Amino acid sequence: MSIKKEEIKKIAHLARIKVSQEELDQVEKKLDGIMTLIEKMQEVNTESIEPMSHALDIDQPLREDKVTEKDIRDKSLSLAPHADKDLFIVPQVIE
Amino acid sequence: MLNLSLKELSLALGSKKFTSVELTQFFLNRIKKFNSSLNAFITIDEEKSLAMAKKSDQLIQSGSKSCLTGIPIAQKDIFCADGWKTTCGSKMLENFIAPYNSTVIKKFNESGAVNIGKTNMDEFAMGSSNETSYFGTVKNPWNHDCVPGGSSGGSAAAVAARLAPAATGTDTGGSIRQPASLCGFTGLKPTYGLVSRYGMIAFASSLDQAGPMAISAEDCALMLEVMTGYDNKDSTSINRKKQNYTNCLDEKIEGVRIGVPKEFFEDTLNPDVQKVVQEALTQYEKLGAKIINISLPNNFLAIPAYYVIAPAEASSNLSRYDGVRYGYRTKEYDDLMDMYFKTRQEGFGDEVKRRILIGTYVLSAGYFDAYYLKAQKIRRLIANDFKHAYEKCDVILGPSAPSVAFNSGEKQEDPLAMYMQDIFTISTNLAGLPAMSVPAGFIKDLPVGLQLIGNHFEESKILNMAHVYQQNTDWHLHKPKGID
Repeated sequence: MSIKKEEIKKIAHLARIKVSQEELDQVEKKLDGIMTLIEKMQEVNTESIEPMSHALDIDQPLREDKVTEKDIRDKSLSLAPHADKDLFIVPQVIE
Repeated sequence: MLNLSLKELSLALGSKKFTSVELTQFFLNRIKKFNSSLNAFITIDEEKSLAMAKKSDQLIQSGSKSCLTGIPIAQKDIFCADGWKTTCGSKMLENFIAPYNSTVIKKFNESGAVNIGKTNMDEFAMGSSNETSYFGTVKNPWNHDCVPGGSSGGSAAAVAARLAPAATGTDTGGSIRQPASLCGFTGLKPTYGLVSRYGMIAFASSLDQAGPMAISAEDCALMLEVMTGYDNKDSTSINRKKQNYTNCLDEKIEGVRIGVPKEFFEDTLNPDVQKVVQEALTQYEKLGAKIINISLPNNFLAIPAYYVIAPAEASSNLSRYDGVRYGYRTKEYDDLMDMYFKTRQEGFGDEVKRRILIGTYVLSAGYFDAYYLKAQKIRRLIANDFKHAYEKCDVILGPSAPSVAFNSGEKQEDPLAMYMQDIFTISTNLAGLPAMSVPAGFIKDLPVGLQLIGNHFEESKILNMAHVYQQNTDWHLHKPKGID
């Protein structure tokens, strides 16, 4: 199965990545190559196989809901491209 | 100082032959001399490194010294190190100063090791040649026209050119072992879950694993003892007793059953590399090991399954780079949506964008079962192949990479050719097994690596196999020309 330009536009939108009209041909060519490689998976029958999501069979550990890292607000905010006092600043979303 | 192993460096520091400050300055001088041509480091901070060395000297003076105290270690720029620029090879994090320590960095700091700098890497660890780095390509010290491999290419060049006694790397599909093979030293990817991923910038969380890159198996064993251990900050960290990896290095390998998978010796393998691997097998036979023919029939599906699973996880992990809380934000934008789109278009390189798009595609409605679920089932088949193989053998041996180092630019325009670099390494990531690359010879002055794959948590076994081999060969001690 090959991947078409229309589909690339759709997934690029989902992934929030701008793909310009000029880039589209190259992206299509390369993604199509990768999808052809992936297609090889369809050669084997995996009907009764249990999917494996993790390398080792372990359970999700739980911990107490307790603050462990204190007073990191200023340090964290100092990394933001745009912050004001104790807020991350983004373009206005709600009118 | 240049030719000493980690153990010898530790002894010399302990007996006051030189101080950690002197040792650190020695390697900083080497970095100054060679980094402009190799581009192995993204960040060097003399002041910080020397301050750490000074502290280590105090530890040594007070008699509370452990095996890596005072020894400079190069850190892959994927590990958050408090106060250090941590870029992950991306424009997205070009000015990101890590606000905390990853567990790996914390453990090295606690052991008194010195951070000698942050090494170059493929952007977000996606690549096999270090050519996707926003900070430029890295040169292979053996031949400057060639790539060092990737994604831990900067660490690889640093170790090979002796700009640091040892380095850290991470391995999602071969990113420690392939560069170790292409640059001629020893590198180990531990069992998944053995080394904490906390503070290690995520690529594909179910596959990522950090490990040591150093000259010898003995060096790797010492590094591993510092790096491993349960960490409640990583939900996939394995809670088991901390192991000693140096005790068993000298164990006799007589009678050890080496499984040789026929699938590793098919047409994808360069015939000269095959010859080197055969010679290593002969050497092991002489040392008393038994060679067993085995089969990993689903290995040919490892790359296809990997290029579903890894991009799927990456597309999710990299959604955090949105220009809001940290990292790059585009300069001009109309609204929030426009800011996201432009930030990610400008902040990510082509290979990273390709993988995010593939990942988004295979996870999108209507395709999930055909791709993602299918890949997870194939992952099970691949893991089962290994399970069956280990009923017949103790370790598995093969090549680390299909060829020696290739020319810069040669595969850059062809992602598929690049992906084939990991054909012998990816299956062990999918199965979560430990594996290492060990120098085993040369083809036209370029190093060839041998891969040893162990069963889960059998790092000791493969380290023992590698160490005994290195006691009987000197491939790992060869150095590139022009680095003295």
